[in-house]
Amino acid sequence: MQNIFLHLHPGKVSEKSLTFHRTFGLGGMAALLIAVQIITGILLRFYYVASPAEAYNSVVFMKTQVVFGQFIRNIHYWSGVFLLFIAFCHFLRVFFTGAYRDLRKLNWLFGLLLLAIIVFSNFTGYLLPWDQLAYWAITVSTNIIGYFPFIGNGLRMTIIGGKELNADTLQTFFTFHSALLPFLLLVLVLYHFWRVRKAGGIMLPSDEEKGEAVPVNPNLVYREFIVALVLLAILFLFAAFFNAPLLGKANPAYSMNPTKAPWYFAGVQELLMHFHPFFAAFIIPLSVLTFLVWIPFITYDEPPSGHWFISEKGKRSAKATAMFGAVVTIAGILFNAWVMNFEIMIPLLPAFISNGIIPLFILLLFMAAFYRFYLKRLKLSKAELVQAVFVFIIIAFIVLTLTGIFFRGKDMAIVFPWNV
Amino acid sequence: MTDQNAGSTSKTPPGKVSRRDFFGMAWKGLGVFAALEGLGMISAYIFSGKNKLTPETKQMLDAGSVESFAPGSVSAFMGGRFYLARLQDGGFIALSIRCTHLGCSISWEESKKRFICPCHSSAFDISGEVLNPPAARALDYYPVLIENGMVKVDIGTLKERNSFRRDQVVYAT
Repeated sequence: MQNIFLHLHPGKVSEKSLTFHRTFGLGGMAALLIAVQIITGILLRFYYVASPAEAYNSVVFMKTQVVFGQFIRNIHYWSGVFLLFIAFCHFLRVFFTGAYRDLRKLNWLFGLLLLAIIVFSNFTGYLLPWDQLAYWAITVSTNIIGYFPFIGNGLRMTIIGGKELNADTLQTFFTFHSALLPFLLLVLVLYHFWRVRKAGGIMLPSDEEKGEAVPVNPNLVYREFIVALVLLAILFLFAAFFNAPLLGKANPAYSMNPTKAPWYFAGVQELLMHFHPFFAAFIIPLSVLTFLVWIPFITYDEPPSGHWFISEKGKRSAKATAMFGAVVTIAGILFNAWVMNFEIMIPLLPAFISNGIIPLFILLLFMAAFYRFYLKRLKLSKAELVQAVFVFIIIAFIVLTLTGIFFRGKDMAIVFPWNV
Repeated sequence: MTDQNAGSTSKTPPGKVSRRDFFGMAWKGLGVFAALEGLGMISAYIFSGKNKLTPETKQMLDAGSVESFAPGSVSAFMGGRFYLARLQDGGFIALSIRCTHLGCSISWEESKKRFICPCHSSAFDISGEVLNPPAARALDYYPVLIENGMVKVDIGTLKERNSFRRDQVVYAT
């Protein structure tokens, strides 16, 4: 066992790569949480029954009759939340230290794939308790898929196996959640780690001394051990004090008010409040995905610096773009919710134009103005410009997600978090 | 590998494929064929059974006699997942409870005479027509049949539509 673990590591690493703020240990944390998910997931399967009639009861039984049942379920729930959050942070870390070019190109793509698999593991797991929260969140999310052009409705019906959620949906989701996705995750994570070794270890600043090479055991192993213990302690505290949600049994006749998609899709749902579905569910997510895949294949002027945010100028432009992105997104949400709804204000035009092309055009106009009057004057390098676009997308995504989770109450009206 | 190939190609006249290369390509072709076959088998396995699990069948539900529904009234049949609406002119239409925006269940507000969706506050009139976006399509409906003064609804057949049309309404003769 010890050998397998040590085999994933090189024999020696540079002293510099041991510094915590170089990576914050996020990749290792994600790997640990995947292990926790597999162990607790197997334990949950001893009691869980995947059928609409029995699923909810089996979860209630686990909660109330099984010793540590509630605790194991809580760990699985919180570990899933943590895993997605930490994988997202890891993705940000890799981008902002420039670790996505040259030998790391392919690993960036595998990282995106792993992030997608983690999202879909969470998503398929969300349905399994078959309570009101699960049923309606998955109903809303799968209906979003229906808005993809041409194939949308067919794809949606294939995924859920009918016109609305049914026994078949649950069986399919359960198979994905507990067999296919964990298997893919395990194989790809090992490959992901191996490619880091292949690229010569983690990203280090190119203009500094590499530092002395020190043995991994104990230098790195002890550090990893401490991070793992702290993370597990926090996870167990969460599991001990905050229960995983479980509402009443799913009732297909009455939807909840408000009905929200799972929290990681709250951003897309929020986007749907402001744009025609063709843009909110298709054009915008597809553009973002294309951009993320394209990032490592852009020809840059200079090799990666390996410093956080590339340079001082990069840091300054990233901060300004973050501020701009937050203000524009918040202002846009409030303007659309309180001042003017394009679709109602311009009833003569089809919603596709009034609620799609027009607001998107206005948004792009603001972005162009920000580039023309601020970013252009900084004379950024290509990598710094790509970073600015990335920052805008991430900030807009975070603001939309937080709004969807914390600021949408009854009838999806804008409210303060304590009224949600 | 490449060295051996180089040795063999030297004996092969230019423009011809060596025996070694031919077998190499044949094996690759067979590999692709086997992979496609496997993929086809797996998808046939998954999809053929899944479609049979939820067949579209006629499933008639007796709603009640024609007289028991007043014109301009809406009655909920939550077991059948529909609202039976009787329009002012006496015609019947059975509306699905699913909002056409994202599939939440709508509720009838008697005071405002409209269906409201709790998810994104889409609104529909008594015939299922959109009154307020984000919903873009009128409510789906189930076919209604009137026999011997009894209203029956076929809850096995959900009909989709873009907007309300007269021929979707059924009248007692």
